[in-house]
Amino acid sequence: MNGRSRLELVCPAGTPAALRTAITAGADTVYCGYRDETNARNFPGLNFSRVEMEASIAHAHDRETKVFVAINTFPRPGDAKPWHDAIDDSVKFGADALILADLGLLAYATDRYPHVRRHLSVQAAAANPDSIAFYVRHFGVRRIVLPRVLTIQEIASINKEIECETEAFVFGSLCVMAEGRCSLSSYVTGKSPNLNGVCSPASHAIYRQEGSEMASALGPFTIQRVGLDVSAPYPTVCKGYFTAATYEGHVFEDPASLDASALIPQLATAGVTGLKIEGRQRSRAYVDAVVHKLRRIVDDYAAGLEIQAGCLSQLSEGQNTTHGAYRKTWR
Amino acid sequence: MMTPSINQRVALTMGPVLFNWPVENWSDFYAQLADEAAIDLVYLGEVVCSKRTPFYLRAMADAVGRLQRGGKTVALSTLALITLMRERKECAELISSGGCEIEVNDLTALANWDKGEPFHIGPYVNVYNEGTLAFLAGLGASSVCLPPELPFQAVESLAAKSHALGIGCEVWSFGRTPLAISGRCYHARIDGLTKDACQFGCARDSDGLEVSTLNGKGFLAINGVQTLSYTYSNVITHVDRLEAAGVTALRLSPHSFNMRDVSRAFRDRLDKRIDSEEALSRIQTICGPVSFSNGFLFGEAGLEMVTSPD
Repeated sequence: MNGRSRLELVCPAGTPAALRTAITAGADTVYCGYRDETNARNFPGLNFSRVEMEASIAHAHDRETKVFVAINTFPRPGDAKPWHDAIDDSVKFGADALILADLGLLAYATDRYPHVRRHLSVQAAAANPDSIAFYVRHFGVRRIVLPRVLTIQEIASINKEIECETEAFVFGSLCVMAEGRCSLSSYVTGKSPNLNGVCSPASHAIYRQEGSEMASALGPFTIQRVGLDVSAPYPTVCKGYFTAATYEGHVFEDPASLDASALIPQLATAGVTGLKIEGRQRSRAYVDAVVHKLRRIVDDYAAGLEIQAGCLSQLSEGQNTTHGAYRKTWR
Repeated sequence: MMTPSINQRVALTMGPVLFNWPVENWSDFYAQLADEAAIDLVYLGEVVCSKRTPFYLRAMADAVGRLQRGGKTVALSTLALITLMRERKECAELISSGGCEIEVNDLTALANWDKGEPFHIGPYVNVYNEGTLAFLAGLGASSVCLPPELPFQAVESLAAKSHALGIGCEVWSFGRTPLAISGRCYHARIDGLTKDACQFGCARDSDGLEVSTLNGKGFLAINGVQTLSYTYSNVITHVDRLEAAGVTALRLSPHSFNMRDVSRAFRDRLDKRIDSEEALSRIQTICGPVSFSNGFLFGEAGLEMVTSPD
């Protein structure tokens, strides 16, 4: 463990350039994936080739920064080779941890590389001490990325009962559904986060004028309509405006993103080890701004100073933020 | 669970009731199912919301007894997303209650499992490949109900692997498909409430509450914390291909339609007394003006319905 603050800032690196930016801005750890379906951010133009991954891990280690490699989708039958290769190469390149979700891959990594840290992806949706204990018992996982369905009190209870570390999302896009267990995108488009590493893919996003409004649609469904003077939001399948009985509105979730920076002291008290920033698909400028600001907050907290949270709103989706499930009223 | 074989008659199972039905209707449903020859195995238990469990607890023992006396194999299903201490305890109690097999819908149930004790894997557990299947079989899994999202190629590979491992392989075959589960309750949310203070609004909707787009197009259905497809999954037109793949059972998910008649249409089709066209027509008549879908099996959007032969 290096000499920085007790809370580890785990930052997204969608590209080698973003990785370098995150490190310069103060990341303790960066996480990234390969340019294929082995991770849940499989978007065009994103992610790392083998050569880039090896160079980036060396770059990070030279600057005392850790690298976790996300191999967190679910292999198809008869086709586990890309995932096994991703695990093998990550170990070869010196990755500090593998972020995994699939039971078969966890078994593979545990068997082949018992001494390489295995972290449980949020995609495994391990939401209580018993399910966490299952993963620790069978695969020796050292850290769990907590599903975004838990309150802070629940996180505190979990940390008291378990033997491994936890990592909690603190900033970025929010999933309302238990991650790794959602087929909404594949119901609408045939492309799934689990199988293809994409949700609400751009290939199915359509913007069209409907009367005096601009509609954002995903495949055959209008997800949202806004006035022509406002920028149309991206048609994420669960973030739209729908009707259900007499209700009309954001049935599942408002198009807001998570900003729990004000809750960092409580997350620390709850025993969380790492704070995870979501955003591998974001720009370098975004990563730079978010990492700088959260670094400052984490350091101020560690130094016993009052934290300056709430300064990140202009970086959030629709400029709306939420504390997500950390507060019980979210349910 | 019967020993699976590629050439064995494909079984029909009835999944757990996913919706918040009045306990009288729930009990009647199982009383009638006890006499239904078309169904071989029945799953029951609260899968969606632990707030509902107390209402069914007393009726459950009675339902289990009636089904078993009717010659049905009964399995008790766990919740799909276990978070609360109360839920962990209830899961442990379900497991230790004895007398029935257990269907695991959340790996929490396996935390203290005695290695080698048999259990069913439900459709909420991510079994997407042989590695995962082999791992769970090693813990004692005796059958798996595959995630409804999987295409035919995956079903065929996993059915073959299941056969090699000596375990059953079930496919989601009828009913609104579970697409997501959350900590947030959508029925409470549209009522302006939170899950803790909900007033069991989910009880209003015996097949889930339809969610439509602003253009009035049927999109999804909500059932408390669960999100389902708007369309009703229905694999009746491709039963031959599933059988050829070595699938050992087809799962029907209960709705307010006459599920006995639905199961008979499937049984008649499986026994080749009727063809696909007639079976589909019968089921459409039973269900009324609903849309069917089977797109997931074809690697397409789940909402699509492919009726042409393979």
